[in-house]
Amino acid sequence: MDSAYLDMELLRFTTAGSVDDGKSTLIGRLLYDSKLIFEDQLKQVTDSSKKRGLDHVDLSLLTDGLKDEREQGITIDVAYRYFATPKRKFIIADTPGHIEYTRNMVTGASTANLALILIDGRKGIVEQTLRHSFIASLLQIPHLVVCINKMDLVDFSEAVFDRIKSQYEEFASRLDVKDIRFIPISALNGDNVVNRSENMNWYEGSTLLYTLESIHIASDHNHIDCRFPVQTVIRPKNGQYHDYRGYAGRVAGGVFKKGDEVVALPSGFTSKIAGIHTMTGEVSEAFAPMSVSITLEDDIDIGRGDMIVRQNNQPDITQEMDVMLCWFNQAAPQVRQKFALLHSNNEAKTMIKAIHYKLDINTLHRNEDDKEVQMNDIIRVTLRTTKPIMKDSYHRNRFTGSLILIDIMTNETVAAGMIL
Amino acid sequence: MPSYNLTHLKELESEAIYVIREVYAQFEKPGILFSGGKDSIVVTHLARKAFWPSKIPFPLIHIDTGHNFKETIEFRDNLINEVDAELIVCSVQNSIDEGRVREETGKNATRNWLQITTLLDSIEEHGFDALMGGARRDEEKARAKERFFSHRDDFGQWDPKNQRPELWNIFNGKKNFGEHFRVFPISNWTEMDVWQYILEESISIPSLYFAHHRDVVWRDNAWLPNSEFLKLREGDKVVNKKVRFRTLGDITITGGIESSANTLGKIISEVAVVRQTERGNRADDKRSETAMEDRKREGYF
Repeated sequence: MDSAYLDMELLRFTTAGSVDDGKSTLIGRLLYDSKLIFEDQLKQVTDSSKKRGLDHVDLSLLTDGLKDEREQGITIDVAYRYFATPKRKFIIADTPGHIEYTRNMVTGASTANLALILIDGRKGIVEQTLRHSFIASLLQIPHLVVCINKMDLVDFSEAVFDRIKSQYEEFASRLDVKDIRFIPISALNGDNVVNRSENMNWYEGSTLLYTLESIHIASDHNHIDCRFPVQTVIRPKNGQYHDYRGYAGRVAGGVFKKGDEVVALPSGFTSKIAGIHTMTGEVSEAFAPMSVSITLEDDIDIGRGDMIVRQNNQPDITQEMDVMLCWFNQAAPQVRQKFALLHSNNEAKTMIKAIHYKLDINTLHRNEDDKEVQMNDIIRVTLRTTKPIMKDSYHRNRFTGSLILIDIMTNETVAAGMIL
Repeated sequence: MPSYNLTHLKELESEAIYVIREVYAQFEKPGILFSGGKDSIVVTHLARKAFWPSKIPFPLIHIDTGHNFKETIEFRDNLINEVDAELIVCSVQNSIDEGRVREETGKNATRNWLQITTLLDSIEEHGFDALMGGARRDEEKARAKERFFSHRDDFGQWDPKNQRPELWNIFNGKKNFGEHFRVFPISNWTEMDVWQYILEESISIPSLYFAHHRDVVWRDNAWLPNSEFLKLREGDKVVNKKVRFRTLGDITITGGIESSANTLGKIISEVAVVRQTERGNRADDKRSETAMEDRKREGYF
């Protein structure tokens, strides 16, 4: 076996779109060309397509797995798809593109390194394009790849590509995305998807697959601000590990090393890292997103929800913060309503102190007059919590800058929040 | 400048350990559903890593249909011994004897559906509030829609259209009395990832996964093992073949493939080129287009 196989990186990307912009075709092609659609799956999809009276194989049936989705021909939930090339393993969060499903787009975007935006070359930028791009920016997806699709239907025209690209760039100047690339493709015929197109010699950039395989993702995590939220404390209390007290968690930012002087929050007690442990032995350093156990030189009181950080670089400790919320629930939030708040292994009660404005995700207009919040709305609020939260801005750190709100009565997750 | 980047296996491992630790921290009485298959073996291995040097702080639960491969049971008992964990066996035979379920009849009769009742009964009896399993999203289209933390109502049912959104690495395990969660720490792993991880971590697995000689019958495009539980039909020919199993379930529903792969390396090479899905040889999935979703709604794994 090729040992390089064990040495791949993981890239998570999100797609959003409706049936007719070619999203399913594109995903189908990536899976098929990388041999990740199996014969029995293909046969099942072919049979189902026939049963529905279609004269083509509907690849969306591969991802639309639920009975209702298949009956209604729509995607109602995030579907996760997997494929790999010798260089990378990919996780696709495939989400429906309609405005009613903003919450699914937000969910898929929350863990993505990259967003794939599809534009129909005949139609150019439409409302849905703006919405997807804005959500990618709001959720701070580090890389955007804009595929201008159906180039075969616009005579593989460079002028069409250039026009859409410059329109998009003008719009994107209002977004907060650092890395945007444009690729002219035909998902149906495979032009510039896996193989270079012979129909578009004017395009000198990379194919989509090469871009996905080579885009630099090592810096997508924060490796500067040391943040270690404690999940649980490991205390074996037996034999050779009688006095072992390991703080278990997943590094949310920065690089921790043995001997580092650290401070535990919110208590403020200081100590030094005695060791960073895994079952297969100590490691010399731990960085995001590693799961490890940290032991300290001093016995100090640390539990779940606390955070281990460096003395000279600390998060804000606060009981009041401004947050962009994506509202997920039918029931609208009321000012002064109370919720449970989860934030990096910490839990508190919270109250919405004020709703400032509602954001129109098609125009980015801030509406301060209409505060009737509906499902899928993006709103800016001020939250007040019952206990101190150790937070960074979402812009700085996706793990320590994010939170969810839970309805106290129904236990449903009603909102996702990005801390400003 | 050092490169702070994990390999895909290390990142998946780290994600799974995080999920398992969340289960321990958020629930009062969790357990691991252990079938003896490679996926639940990997989950058990990850649970060891998550709490080392402590022991796994929850029991392994085996829903025993009685229709087992003897190799699976031997393997289970050895593993329990090695990791020094508690084992709880819930017997489908007992559910039948107590009249809780009735054995299927007919030519494709299995005990697959019956497990649901045994499982839900034992959840109630032991008061489990979170059960971890080795299900993966790449296995089957209904499983592709699963959350890491998957809510079950007080009838043990899954409502796929009304699932809680899951964002970043924040998991909402809140529930009302009588409800529970199913948790899938290796949701994001593929069959290939599991094999690569077993190789990289030198995890032992039942011998059934490696090519061996066995008496089998050709049925539904797979080699079904001949056993005391298999009712031979007219025209069935028992032959001896060199086979191996890609998944392990009941001996009555688990079809093998002809193979000479007798090492992990060879299995991985085989998985890399094979053109049929892993569960393609599972009779339980072939009953209808939405067989998995239907069973999951009722409380299946």
